[in-house]
Amino acid sequence: MTTTTDGDATSDAPAPAVSTPRVRRDSAQEILFPTREQYLEVVGGLRDEGFEMCADLCAVDYLTHPGRHLPDGMVPERFEVVVNLLSLSQVRRVRVRVQVPATDAEVATLFDLYPGTEAMEREAYDLLGIVFTGHPDMTRILLPEDWEGHPLRKDYGVGRVPVQFKGAPGPR
Amino acid sequence: MSDSTATDAGDGVPHTDTVLPEPLSGAGYDEPSETGTEKGLIVETSEGAQELFPRTQTGPDELRREAGAVLRLPEGVVINADDIDIEVSDDETMIINMGPQHPSTHGVLRLMIELDGETVLRTKPVIGYLHTGMEKTAEELTYVQGPTNVTRMDYLSPLHNELVLSLAVEALLGVEMPPRSDWIRMLLVELNRMSSHLMWMATNGMDHASTSMMIYGFREREMILAFFEKTTGLRMNHNFIRPGGTAADLPDGWEDDVTVICDTVLPRLDEYDELLTGQPLFRQRSEGVGNLSAEEALALSLTGPLLRSTGVPWDLRRAMPYLRYDEVEFDVIVGTFGDNFDRYSIRLNEIRESIRIVRQIVEKMPAGDYRVQDKKVTPPPRGRIDESMEALIHHFKVFTEGFRVPEGEVYVATESPRGELGCYLVSDGSPKPYRMHIRGPSFVNLQALPLMMRGGLLADGVVACSSVDPVMGEVDR
Repeated sequence: MTTTTDGDATSDAPAPAVSTPRVRRDSAQEILFPTREQYLEVVGGLRDEGFEMCADLCAVDYLTHPGRHLPDGMVPERFEVVVNLLSLSQVRRVRVRVQVPATDAEVATLFDLYPGTEAMEREAYDLLGIVFTGHPDMTRILLPEDWEGHPLRKDYGVGRVPVQFKGAPGPR
Repeated sequence: MSDSTATDAGDGVPHTDTVLPEPLSGAGYDEPSETGTEKGLIVETSEGAQELFPRTQTGPDELRREAGAVLRLPEGVVINADDIDIEVSDDETMIINMGPQHPSTHGVLRLMIELDGETVLRTKPVIGYLHTGMEKTAEELTYVQGPTNVTRMDYLSPLHNELVLSLAVEALLGVEMPPRSDWIRMLLVELNRMSSHLMWMATNGMDHASTSMMIYGFREREMILAFFEKTTGLRMNHNFIRPGGTAADLPDGWEDDVTVICDTVLPRLDEYDELLTGQPLFRQRSEGVGNLSAEEALALSLTGPLLRSTGVPWDLRRAMPYLRYDEVEFDVIVGTFGDNFDRYSIRLNEIRESIRIVRQIVEKMPAGDYRVQDKKVTPPPRGRIDESMEALIHHFKVFTEGFRVPEGEVYVATESPRGELGCYLVSDGSPKPYRMHIRGPSFVNLQALPLMMRGGLLADGVVACSSVDPVMGEVDR
């Protein structure tokens, strides 16, 4: 179970032993919503089902947009890790969306299932600060090592550079 | 002299290699002592933990990964670090930097390479030198402004970037695109694929020390860029394909221009065949070098020519058609051995296939609108703005505030010259994307490099790097 803050939602959610994640299908997009505990098992199951490739892995910070549409009983958390799997044999895509709480921004790595996620997980760690436990090299990939903060987080200050236009009237 | 001796004497701290250098702005940096400058230099060039470390400091997990054992091992198999490689001891190997300012790394790619003599043992790409935070920038730009941003990612195929963002926005909007806009997009994207591959032929030729190929590749590419300039106003970074269609219709006489390009490039590809394909020196340097297996390619999420070179017939234009690719005939070029030569011939023949597609587009181009006639998305035509106040307001609103996109999230993928170019777009119902993530094919494909370079010669590594065809603007974004 994910760490939930809402009591009602916890009672709605299935017991941890149930490994069938919620599924949503709309307009040729198939989306799975496993909990963090089901995550590895679900992705592993999909891999055995014939999804040979992990096409993409990224994360989203839903800090300023909490009211997104999720299946019933799913508790929205601040972060979401989004995995796009691809089956070349069945010509099919499936998307896995995992809720990751802000207080404990950790999720298991997919490196053992799909080694190609190595760089993608490092990117998600670098830009959003989500730690992938078990990843062999959890270091920053795009930003320098001594960079502070994770820029794609919504509470990251972007900063501004004042622009002085030529001939513009000075500050009044 | 007296100063430096005083510093040495007054230093007091024993100078050891294990002591981490102080930060650049530290107090010790202000006095220009010899040791201080040395420390300062170390700070400036070091990326810390991202780097490749000597064998003695490397854990078994990382060693296994860098040794190229990327495939998942069966259950219960435990790798012992001592079994992996090799009898080399630490003092026989050398870790060198190639890049970030090295001409054959195709941009600011830095490769840290562990060498045993001239044999490559481990490689680690260190990237991020061109990171400009484009995904963050995208969150500050409206959907109308978005293409100006993404077009700068993969600067050799800018139209593909614009296309994938536009397709994602249109998928969220749920608009039906007019046929002509699809065909115009297809024409531009295929021409762009040709120019991108020609550019690759040129740089790959140069990495093979064939400088004449470099001149030829650029010469042909320039023809296509001239057509782009005529159509879009710019040679690169066009911002021409936009959510809702294209910025303008094709110029008059485009059929002739495109036919001239096809008629000129096609026979010149045969010249390339003579210059490179049949050339014994070229073949010896590329055949059997940088090998990949289909298993490895799938496990590493490789796409595009890298995946096809291993014999996997996977092309998104064929497998999951977008635009009108299901209405044109073309072949998916597939290799056998997964070596550099296969990747070369795949790209060469993909230019031929693109020419084939372009010729069909010239024949099949339908009449009609070049952008969707949805008042929510499309600004009014120029003529209406002079007549009607409402049209002026509408025009103003579209370009300042932008249009609103329904809440939702979508992943759209297209086949760029480098592989699967995907866009994951999250909208919160505002005129700006809540999150835009671009799945850059070069970024993922670069992971194959340590595997391709392993065990080969350093000179072959240059060629292997070239055959991945990384565009650093897209890798770092």
